[in-house]
Amino acid sequence: MPLDALSDPTYLRSIIRLSLTVSLVAVLVSTVLSLPIAFAVGFADFRGKRFVTAVINTGMGFPSVVVGLLVWYVLSNQGPLGTLNLIYTPEAMIISQCVLAAPVITGVALSAVESVDDAVRDAAYGVGGTRADVALITLKEARYGVITGILAGFGRAISEVGSVLIVGGNIAYADGTSKTRTLTTAIQFEVRKGEFEVALILGAVLLVLVLLVNGIVLRLGGR
Amino acid sequence: MEYRRREVLGASAAGIAAAVGGCLGDSGDDGEGSIAGEELAMATTTSTEATGLLDELNAAFRERFSTRVAANADGTGAAIRSARDGNADVILVHARSQEDEFMRDGYGVNRRDLMFNDFVVVGPSDDPAGVGDTEQATAAFEAIADAEATFVSRGDESGTHTKELAIWSETGLEPGGEWYQQLGQGMGETLTNANESGAYTLSDRGTYLSRDDLDLEILLQGPIEGGPELLANPYGIMAVNPEIHDDVNYQLAMAYIGFVTSPEGQAVIEDFTANGEQLFFPEALSEDPDFQQYVPEGWQPNGSEE
Repeated sequence: MPLDALSDPTYLRSIIRLSLTVSLVAVLVSTVLSLPIAFAVGFADFRGKRFVTAVINTGMGFPSVVVGLLVWYVLSNQGPLGTLNLIYTPEAMIISQCVLAAPVITGVALSAVESVDDAVRDAAYGVGGTRADVALITLKEARYGVITGILAGFGRAISEVGSVLIVGGNIAYADGTSKTRTLTTAIQFEVRKGEFEVALILGAVLLVLVLLVNGIVLRLGGR
Repeated sequence: MEYRRREVLGASAAGIAAAVGGCLGDSGDDGEGSIAGEELAMATTTSTEATGLLDELNAAFRERFSTRVAANADGTGAAIRSARDGNADVILVHARSQEDEFMRDGYGVNRRDLMFNDFVVVGPSDDPAGVGDTEQATAAFEAIADAEATFVSRGDESGTHTKELAIWSETGLEPGGEWYQQLGQGMGETLTNANESGAYTLSDRGTYLSRDDLDLEILLQGPIEGGPELLANPYGIMAVNPEIHDDVNYQLAMAYIGFVTSPEGQAVIEDFTANGEQLFFPEALSEDPDFQQYVPEGWQPNGSEE
């Protein structure tokens, strides 16, 4: 009855599907939250801007176990959001991955926006562009950097094991469907059991997935 | 695979000798001098580490022999796999069926009964499945399955998982569905999960008692508190066969086995408590030789099995 990742295609598929769903949703949510912040900070000039940038950049290196622990405390039954019953669900994993991915996306997008040459903006203003036009031009100029940021956020989310193990709990049902078992937690689990070969194969699957997603996104981004 | 009698008997004899040596602990013995400063690689189960017993035993061993123990605590299945690969010198585990297979395949020698405690069925205090009204482990599991109450399983081929599967197998039920969740994590994480999810689980008494943050209650006691014998939880310790892995530190492993099965080591186990309760009960010292502890269960001296 022990679940076998290699001989049971339902089990493997289910783990892959959960990994992708959780990370893609997390990156989508993070992107929606992050880009406005990146643009707002990037365009504006205000006191303390360097401090805000420093905070965002610090967030890029936030340890995932700590994020998992904090999210666990917030979502656990005794926690402030305990009544939502989110602990050990995919939603909990999405939340913790958002916390991890959002600073990466914000930080990289921000530096992309800031690196757009001032001359480009000045030129846009110069030909009579409104503030919105200038923003659009800048966004267009910065798009590769923004896409890189989103991909980096996705990379952080899907390769992450510490926090999803804590808040997700690595749960699988007996019929081989995964509730909160992702590729990374499954790899960690196989290593714990001493099934290093299975773990390696799962690792290869994860690598191929990340490669595919990167390929698709870069293609869509026009590169 | 055939179990090689002569080697086993020879190795057992050596083990007994080493164990006796460990008991007597005469400092003139050069075996003791040569192991000082070395490091013993141990593979063990999460319950010995999570309860804190392992630290006590290893500290006592270190004090006695000036030898450190590097313990890797995973499930019994992981510990045995690690030992099969030659990554451990000694294993301390609790799943006799897996231990027997390990010995039959020639990897483990000089098995000793070390200690025991028992398993308990724990769950939420409102007990929706009515496990508290049952007296047998099988009846408890049937009640949980009937009510489709959430049950979290270790799911990691550990000793506790092996026992859980043995109980399911006795009931004739095949657990499945959304209520049966496999975690693939240690006992501590599994108890945390059950506590958060209001779920039932099977736990060794030691790990459960060592936690004071749980709302879970014991709904079916094990044999220590008069519960069914099926919930017994004996721990065994054995050395990895140096004939198969010549780089294992057999001498150190036997010194450790000798120490923990000596009156001194057994006293550490006897005196170990958490939250005021004794968690493990020493089993190594007895008046009878208890030959069966050295060999796979049912093995006969004439080389056959029952």
